[in-house]
Amino acid sequence: MSGAHKTGLAPWQATEALPRSEAEGGATRVDHLVVLGFVPPGARVLDIGCGDGALLALLRDRRGVDGRGIELSREGVNACLARGLPVIQGDADTDLANYPDDAFDVVVLSQTIQATRNPKIVLEHLLRIGQQVIISFPNFGHWRVRAELAFRGRMPMTEILPEAWYETPNIHHCTIRDFVGLCRLVGAKIETAAALDASGRPMRFSMPWWFWNLIGAQGVFLLRRDGTR
Amino acid sequence: MDNAPDTALGIGPTVEPGRGMRPSLELSQALEPQSPVALFGADRPLAMDSGVDLSPFQVAYQTAGTLNAARSNAVLICHALTGDQYFAHRHPVTGKPGWWESLVGPGKPVDTDRYFVICSNVIGSCMGSTGPASLDPATGRPYGLDFPLVTIRDMVRAQAMLIEHLGIEDLFLCIGGSMGGMQVLQWAALFPERVFAAMPIATGARHSAQNIAFHEVGRQAIMADPAWAEGRYLEAGTRPAKGLGVARMGAHITYLSEPALHRKFGRRFQGRSAPTFSFNADFQIESYLRHQGLSFVERFDANAYLYLTRAMDYFDLAADHGGVLANAFRDSKTRFCVMSFTSDWLFPTSDSRAIVHALNAAAAPVAFVEVESDKGHDAFLLDEPAMFSAARGFIDAAARARGL
Repeated sequence: MSGAHKTGLAPWQATEALPRSEAEGGATRVDHLVVLGFVPPGARVLDIGCGDGALLALLRDRRGVDGRGIELSREGVNACLARGLPVIQGDADTDLANYPDDAFDVVVLSQTIQATRNPKIVLEHLLRIGQQVIISFPNFGHWRVRAELAFRGRMPMTEILPEAWYETPNIHHCTIRDFVGLCRLVGAKIETAAALDASGRPMRFSMPWWFWNLIGAQGVFLLRRDGTR
Repeated sequence: MDNAPDTALGIGPTVEPGRGMRPSLELSQALEPQSPVALFGADRPLAMDSGVDLSPFQVAYQTAGTLNAARSNAVLICHALTGDQYFAHRHPVTGKPGWWESLVGPGKPVDTDRYFVICSNVIGSCMGSTGPASLDPATGRPYGLDFPLVTIRDMVRAQAMLIEHLGIEDLFLCIGGSMGGMQVLQWAALFPERVFAAMPIATGARHSAQNIAFHEVGRQAIMADPAWAEGRYLEAGTRPAKGLGVARMGAHITYLSEPALHRKFGRRFQGRSAPTFSFNADFQIESYLRHQGLSFVERFDANAYLYLTRAMDYFDLAADHGGVLANAFRDSKTRFCVMSFTSDWLFPTSDSRAIVHALNAAAAPVAFVEVESDKGHDAFLLDEPAMFSAARGFIDAAARARGL
């Protein structure tokens, strides 16, 4: 663990640049504001697993991005259509192969990688399609998750992992340290990383990986293809 | 053979050759449609893909709603294989309501209170636009097979001339299903700057081998009917009703789905409780298909069916652009919404996905929805709330973006 998270612009610095009223606005999710802080104005953005399009709409309205989305659920796609967002009904596991290299400035995969069938292949596609990749996921190394497993001997159910093991779509859980290992394996350069608490608020201090891996409920990473490999 | 009259389509005896020409409804609609017609004289021929300059020719059309002062609210509806311009108007032959009144009308997703909606009969058809049933000015008799082969692009070129004739520069929306969806794709490829939003539904960028095969069976059924008379049946005073009826029966199966057939008909008997040990229409599905064949021949011209099925067969948008579909949409600013239906096996979702991938590769803004339905290909013509809500969302958002 090289402390790569200490380089570059930390996400909370970016979010602090926003007017306070926006950051505290009840309608906008805090983790969306973290992503917003990573995305340059006018960028071409692909949001994979974009849900009802709230993040894409935010990026369009605040950053003037040319945003596209992929969403599995019909309800989500319909909500996106009503927002005027070009979103296709599709599946990260099967559809990313059809996108050309460098098709987007930024690719966002929010709280979805743990639900894909093949996270490694998905991550490789993200790095191929986007100049930059913003990826967030629930941290299975969080102390509450560890405590549930260690002391109760049960699969954890927490605020950000609310489903029981038999109905959760999350089939490939990982910890923040696991994810850092995958980044190394596929040749992803970590430009910035942050741990968020359960409400998606960035944790406003810098700590070594093992600490984040223990107290971060979610990890957010800004990645780029490692050109040196 | 006491069961003989029930075995065929039941129309054989009434269309014996040589009974003399009776003015049929579909022929009268071909020559004198009950809708407005745009005439294009010798100065404005239709340059067709076959190399022929068709002249003179006419385009029959219908409209609903009002064109706004900026002429920015025009919607073009493209009809399917056996469709026509009566999208929101009573059909002059069958008396049935407009074929897309579920989607188009006051307060509907294609809102005629907001948009000026146009639909024209395609070139090569038989409801008033020039086609094989029209009179060849060179001979004074129906074109028959002397009519040049028609392509989807020819249909679109004729529509573009109509739009110009109506004083409209560009379309707010171009929308259609099946063969209509092919026209929508062709519009976006041929006139990208004249289509603001495009909705190709239950369609493909090319006709598959299986679909060509089904069409060929239909064409062979028509041409095997002696009453077809090498395509000169209008002068012979006959009608290849049996052949056209069989063609329609076969095609109709492809518009449905096994679950829908099972739900509607199952193995239920028609008006009897046991098989008759004959070739009567024992099963409800047989009776239904025969009815479909019979009612179709009342309203459609057999040669037009040959021409339009051929136009679909020839459609391959990628082949027209160096084999790369994305090239058809390069630098397109049109916003697309592609839609498919889960049970459609004629134009399966994979066909729509191929379009979506090409649009993505061309960096065109595209939305895609796969609607859950067991109604097969015909779902796009039926009451599908999920289709309506997606269409409404897309069209309303496009209207906002255009300032409508």
